[in-house]
Amino acid sequence: MPDLSSLDTPKNRILSILLLCLVLAIWQASPVLFKIPAFILPSASAVAIGLWRGLTSGLYLYHGAVTLFEVLAGFALGGSLGLALGVAVALNRRFAYFIYPYIIMFQSMPKVALAPLFVLWFGLGVTSKIVTAALVAFFPMMINTISGLTSADKDRIDLILSLGGSERQVFTMLRFPSALPFIMAGLEISMALSLIGTVVTEFLGADAGLGMLMQSMNFMMDVAGSFSILIVLAVVGLVLNHALVMIRHRVLFWERLGRVDSGAAADTSIAEPTAPQADSALPAQQK
Amino acid sequence: MTLLKGASAAEASPKPRPLDASSSREFIRIREVGKLFGGRGPVVTALQDINLDIALGEFVAVVGPSGCGKSTLLRILAGLIPTNSGTVWFGDRKLEGPRHDIGVVFQSPVLFPWRTVLDNVLIPIDVQKLDRKKYLSRARDLINLVGLSEFEQRYPAELSGGMQQRVGIVRALVHDPAMLLMDEPFGALDAMTREHMNVELQRLWMAQSKTILFITHSISEAVFLADRVVVMTPRPGRIAEVLDIDLPRERTLDMMTTPPFGEYVRRIRAHFGTAGVMD
Repeated sequence: MPDLSSLDTPKNRILSILLLCLVLAIWQASPVLFKIPAFILPSASAVAIGLWRGLTSGLYLYHGAVTLFEVLAGFALGGSLGLALGVAVALNRRFAYFIYPYIIMFQSMPKVALAPLFVLWFGLGVTSKIVTAALVAFFPMMINTISGLTSADKDRIDLILSLGGSERQVFTMLRFPSALPFIMAGLEISMALSLIGTVVTEFLGADAGLGMLMQSMNFMMDVAGSFSILIVLAVVGLVLNHALVMIRHRVLFWERLGRVDSGAAADTSIAEPTAPQADSALPAQQK
Repeated sequence: MTLLKGASAAEASPKPRPLDASSSREFIRIREVGKLFGGRGPVVTALQDINLDIALGEFVAVVGPSGCGKSTLLRILAGLIPTNSGTVWFGDRKLEGPRHDIGVVFQSPVLFPWRTVLDNVLIPIDVQKLDRKKYLSRARDLINLVGLSEFEQRYPAELSGGMQQRVGIVRALVHDPAMLLMDEPFGALDAMTREHMNVELQRLWMAQSKTILFITHSISEAVFLADRVVVMTPRPGRIAEVLDIDLPRERTLDMMTTPPFGEYVRRIRAHFGTAGVMD
């Protein structure tokens, strides 16, 4: 994302809200305006009513909780396995040699294509969803862990080795912290994929969950209801992603540090040659 | 403005030092060292017939163009790569890998961005599993010595390039090594900062009495800093001349414009005039 913070002025905020109103108005008017039947594109108000009913009746809350549980369980399972296997591959060349062909084979395969099999094997309950979510979450975590652990700076490795450090110390002091930016990025990808994997598997066959609810609404031609679940899913995805972004900012605190404005306080010895310029600039500013 | 806040005039005065290496205790003896590179491709002779003695407390600069093997020599002394032939002696022991009494300073500061300045300086203590508490005051003194006390709890990203390199230098000193290996430590700095760092390093060396091997491709930097300058030429990397720099300590930047200084620079440059372009 480009840095848009400089555009975040009160005026632009109002314009942004006006734009939203315009989009909603066009959407609301579109069945009349473009003669689109309601079972193809329901009006904004119909979707809002559907959303309200679903939320107040507790229906979305129950199915949302089921879906959220499946996503988080699959993410935790696949993510931790991906991390563990990534560490093993990065540390052990022999292990990497034997396991790499399988990794490449699986990587080029669309993992969600296994979802029908998982429903067949593990049934309509949460297990088949967790397994699919774990599978799709696993690969980005593993790949990112491997590239993160092998990304450590050569000079930094040499520094530790030159002090008589062991490979184990290189790992704990350097390789793992160096891998954290990659691992955090992997977590974000895995989370997004877990949600997709869960919902797709719920489409295929489930006894609960937002995907299953959406599928049954489709069958009943309740398109407004389907749309309202899309909104719920978008919010779930947004919240999960935002949580990870906040964790990333905490873990990778050093990535957001900027140069201290040293001025007079700090870099005295090096600032010395330029000091006369700074002095002469001061009175000019005071005038 | 003194660069080394902790160094008083008394501490900074030069200690009596042997001018002639042969009359002093030889700390490091490099004998017939050779190094080849190239696994599958053509073999390159990085170093050939390197013989050099370094006395305890001596400041030796190695100067030469890219590809003359000067960095390879440093990496061998750091125990990071083995030789193909010859032996390096530290005192009466053969060099067979990294030693605990060596500090290495690289061209880039090589700081860990997730560690504060203080924690970066303490890396050797952590790696060698020494008692952090015992070395904490030494680390603080060293940070103070290069004028970074206020930045002790800052992170590397918050410092300028020159400040980062100072952290890298005092880190190499924190475990009180007998020897410092410096691989073009000021190569990435601008000219003005670089001259200041040279003055600073000289004082640090005089205050800490370390043996220093300093790699550079700046001839004037080598003459300014060193007791002896080792001139290396490439293809194959070998020592062309070892030159005693008989200039009084403490050297000043003004000295760089004096005739004797210029004569040393001219003499060293003559080697590269015949060998090719100096970068």
